[in-house]
Amino acid sequence: MIRCLVVLIGLSLAATQARAADPALIGVGYLGVAGTRSTLSLVEQPAENDGLAGARLAIEDNNTTGKFLNQRFALEERRMREGEDAVQAATDLAARNGFIIADLPADALLKVADSLRDRGTLLFNAGAIDERLREADCRANVIHTAPTRAMLADALGQYLVWKQWKRWLLVVGSHDEDKLFADALRRAATRFGAKIVQERVFEDTGGARRTDSGVTLIQRQMPVFTQQAPAYDVLVAADESEVFAAYLPYRTWDPRPVAGSAGLVPRSWDAAQDQWGAIQMQNRFMKLNSRRMSALDMQAWTAVRMIGEATSRTNSGDVRKVSDFIKGPDFSVAAFKGTKLTLRDWNLQLRQPILLVDGRMVVSVSPQEGFLHQVSELDTLGYDRPESKCKLK
Amino acid sequence: MQAEVRTRMLRAGLLSGLALAAAPAHAFIAYVSNEKGNTVSVIDTESWTVTKTIKVGQRPRGIEFTRDGKFVMVAVGDDDTIQVIDAKTQSVVDSLPSGPDPELFAQDAAGKILYVANENDNTVTVIDLEKRARLGDIQVGVEPEGMTISPDGKTLINTSETTNMAHFIDTSSRQIVANVLVDARPRFAEFRHDSSELWVSSEIGGTVSVIDPRKHEVIGKVTFEIPGLRREAIQPVGIGMTRDDKTAFIALGPANRIAVVDTATRKVTKYLLVGQRVWHMAFTPDEKYLLTTNGVSNDVSVIDVAAQKVIKTIQVGELPWGITIAP
Repeated sequence: MIRCLVVLIGLSLAATQARAADPALIGVGYLGVAGTRSTLSLVEQPAENDGLAGARLAIEDNNTTGKFLNQRFALEERRMREGEDAVQAATDLAARNGFIIADLPADALLKVADSLRDRGTLLFNAGAIDERLREADCRANVIHTAPTRAMLADALGQYLVWKQWKRWLLVVGSHDEDKLFADALRRAATRFGAKIVQERVFEDTGGARRTDSGVTLIQRQMPVFTQQAPAYDVLVAADESEVFAAYLPYRTWDPRPVAGSAGLVPRSWDAAQDQWGAIQMQNRFMKLNSRRMSALDMQAWTAVRMIGEATSRTNSGDVRKVSDFIKGPDFSVAAFKGTKLTLRDWNLQLRQPILLVDGRMVVSVSPQEGFLHQVSELDTLGYDRPESKCKLK
Repeated sequence: MQAEVRTRMLRAGLLSGLALAAAPAHAFIAYVSNEKGNTVSVIDTESWTVTKTIKVGQRPRGIEFTRDGKFVMVAVGDDDTIQVIDAKTQSVVDSLPSGPDPELFAQDAAGKILYVANENDNTVTVIDLEKRARLGDIQVGVEPEGMTISPDGKTLINTSETTNMAHFIDTSSRQIVANVLVDARPRFAEFRHDSSELWVSSEIGGTVSVIDPRKHEVIGKVTFEIPGLRREAIQPVGIGMTRDDKTAFIALGPANRIAVVDTATRKVTKYLLVGQRVWHMAFTPDEKYLLTTNGVSNDVSVIDVAAQKVIKTIQVGELPWGITIAP
């Protein structure tokens, strides 16, 4: 009897020890939409695993660190097909994962956030740049690693003003998101002292993005479209829908540079970014994914790294603990942008420098020198605390 | 054929423990790696002028004299090697099998073994300097960078920039014995000469962690505050400690300053304005002067250590990064 007890105690002890040696498993879900949008430039066509590839790399990075802390990260990927219900897919993911990286349109993201609120799942918005998700429609369980339209427009605006290109010809596409980007550009012009000398609308009349004799026609259309403009320094295009902006460089009636949705473009990341140690990450990404890293990849990488950073600092995989730490005052993450990235505590938007790129090189990085702020110069990009309409709940 | 002869001469040179006898008193030679210029600038500390500019491989960064003072090793990351400069002829004579993208490295007290941080594959490569052979690799965290060896030679320290740890590696077994979490992007590690503390700078975290190397615990942190300067601009990188361990000098990157720290209180006593984006530093062997590399302003600042004053600025090549001074 006693011997039996001793054996039992011994067994249970061994089991406890074995359990202690097992790594803490931290599940991260990735929820995106299958299929990619069509771009005017063939080389800008996003990869099928755009975003996801960044999350995969961050999981590897987290696991390299995790092996020293007895933590293991696993990624569960879910790409929804047309017509699939995001709430259902997210609920399913949340059953096994305390954290979800989302690349969803604004409305779907909000539905998912509200449906997972009571469960305590922490969502990372890696894809949607809509202002309203950080303003009137902000949520306490959604952290945004994607920049906002206003942050992107301000980053560009600061540079154009620094360059003394203060007279803008604004060309806006006819889709809703083009108009939202145009709003952000108008706001940037007002904030930083640029003048929009005229606005033109480029109507999307349909038509294919790939044709066999495309260039001939475009070369006739674009100069005509941009002629008889008042004197201007730079043409700023708002064309998130990829209808016309990429056709403008070198084809404007007046010889002027193009910026915005083509030419000099504001982005959270670029394949050409090699400063601040970034070359190491670019190499790692290339090795893992056999392609170059996009802005969406970076936004997803940053989200997963934020989770890894918080789990190593708190030495815990507990979702509640990790969430509290990420939202707390001591959190910051390094993401190869020359400065630590922190969260705006009033709306959970990640503060970050924005790159200005031309498709081959990083031309500049905003905030520009001289744009000052009492808290963080990164808060000269986008809506600041006093203007915010967000009430986190 | 000629290369072979040179290699053999070099091997003999690396091993001979003879001190450099020719240097006159108080005149020293500093070598500065210029990251963008792909050159190494040679500075004479008597005249404070650049006496020679040596062409090296792509992206030279980590740079150090061999223990005998006869050669200078410089990591040329984009050429995936460490080049060896003969200090006498001041030209590149050889290269070492360093592994991909070497940045910083450390050598043991005897000058026989070299440990190299290879940023691209999360390893530290161990090289036998005599045989020119790779002895092995040690798996560490993501983006290994800072490298130093404890004064007793028993512990190798490597910092990994994305894992945010200082890894303690036993030099005899080549196994990691402890990992200490520090603030974001640890770039440089330096022991006190009495071995009682290890200081690790965190570039993005903006702090220097003071670690007890026996307990493997962070026992204190040096923080920085410069009026009129935003916090994000304070990015500690290089660390220099005086031989009496009383004063530490810490390069603050884009804050364009060197912090002078009282090691007893771990408080900054003074900020010295140097050039833009100050990276690394080296003392002259008599410890009268401290030279700092200023990346963006393409110059080297000379600090009078006793007076704690910047006394001179020397123009060097494009984006100076590392510096070493002949023993």
